[in-house]
Amino acid sequence: MKTYPVEIKVNGEWQTAEVTARDTLLDLLRDRFGAFEVKNGCAQGDCGACTVILDHKAVNACLTLALQANGKNVTTLKGVGTPDHPHPLQQSFVEHGAIQCGFCTPGMVVSAKALLDNNPEPTRNEIREGISGNLCRCTGYNKIVEAIEDASLKREE
Amino acid sequence: MTTTEYIKPGDLSDLHYIMEEYKGRATVIAGGTNLIPEMRNGEKAPELLIDISDMAALSFIRENNGSIAIGAATTIAEMAASPILLDNSPILASAAKQLGNPLTRNRATLGGNLANASPCADTAPPLLALDASVEILSPGGKTRQVPLSKFFHGYKFTDLGKGEILTAITFPKPNDSTKGSHTKIGLRNAASICVASIAVALDMDGKTCRKARVAAGSVAPIPVRAYRVEKLLEGKEINAALLDECMTVVKAEISPISDIRGSLEYRTYVTAMILKRNIKRALKQEI
Repeated sequence: MKTYPVEIKVNGEWQTAEVTARDTLLDLLRDRFGAFEVKNGCAQGDCGACTVILDHKAVNACLTLALQANGKNVTTLKGVGTPDHPHPLQQSFVEHGAIQCGFCTPGMVVSAKALLDNNPEPTRNEIREGISGNLCRCTGYNKIVEAIEDASLKREE
Repeated sequence: MTTTEYIKPGDLSDLHYIMEEYKGRATVIAGGTNLIPEMRNGEKAPELLIDISDMAALSFIRENNGSIAIGAATTIAEMAASPILLDNSPILASAAKQLGNPLTRNRATLGGNLANASPCADTAPPLLALDASVEILSPGGKTRQVPLSKFFHGYKFTDLGKGEILTAITFPKPNDSTKGSHTKIGLRNAASICVASIAVALDMDGKTCRKARVAAGSVAPIPVRAYRVEKLLEGKEINAALLDECMTVVKAEISPISDIRGSLEYRTYVTAMILKRNIKRALKQEI
């Protein structure tokens, strides 16, 4: 199987690997770079659990070839914030109880981060639209929407 | 499993050369939102991927000389936010905004939406209503234009030949007297696959319709123009009786199927209904 070198800046650090043309960014991040915060849900672009920010845009890592991310910046959940220095969104998710089983949370937080980066004061409808590529089967979304809304207002203060 | 190779052309002359050199075994990939799941499911096993996703020369939305041109590798998100499209062809911007979800819109491209030739391609009905043409680069570097209404030959089957690549979509800038409207019916608001859609563009001379373009999605093997409805509208004053006639005629022009998203009967009914609503909405009048 023919392989190609890739170099990707993941959460600020350049990482390299040899990949096949068929490997997705999701395969690369989880299997080679150990970025297990990027979840493998449906692997066909329906659930959003693998959401990452690729050069300022939220995308499904499962719908992007590893080679298509070559030379680019990728931000995963761990690039949004850490346990010691959580992002206001992460803090807000905890405070609002916006997490139940937690499987959708990494993708949800990354989508919310991309939304607030482009639109710091979204309306509730814009928040719902902004996370419409991320499925949550536990919460009914209300607490997630409230958490994002609260984080957006906090950021303003 | 067969090996898949990968080439990323740097510019258009590279792309020419590569399409010429590898015609017949090359598969173009841009956003990959259709192709990557198909590769994963084993439905497609391309020998060679030509990646145009970062090709700046194929990513643009321009207005010049009364014409609007959109590069094939322009993303759906870029179209949904484009001031040129929002000003000149809101029906196309509206369709782009309703395609998939924000994550897929950031990857999916206009060229991919059309070249994939699904009957539910969201951008096709508004582009048909706008009299769009596709620009195709053929081996040897020749470019040819095909009206979008002649581009779709059948279910997932287009006019693109071996070694050819869709490079741009163009349409005449609608004049101020052209009124448009678009509706997509899905099973939910977000991330839905189209069950039926209608786009209309009506060039009005007062109350009389000078020129009509009506297109429908998800109700035939390909996105279709409703030619008989267009003929019926042209040269006439649009009133309630004419709208009822349009509803009857459109039902005979479409050939929907029943599937998990909707029955033949529902698709027929809802297409006629949204046709009437869109004509009324385009004219912004109570009739």
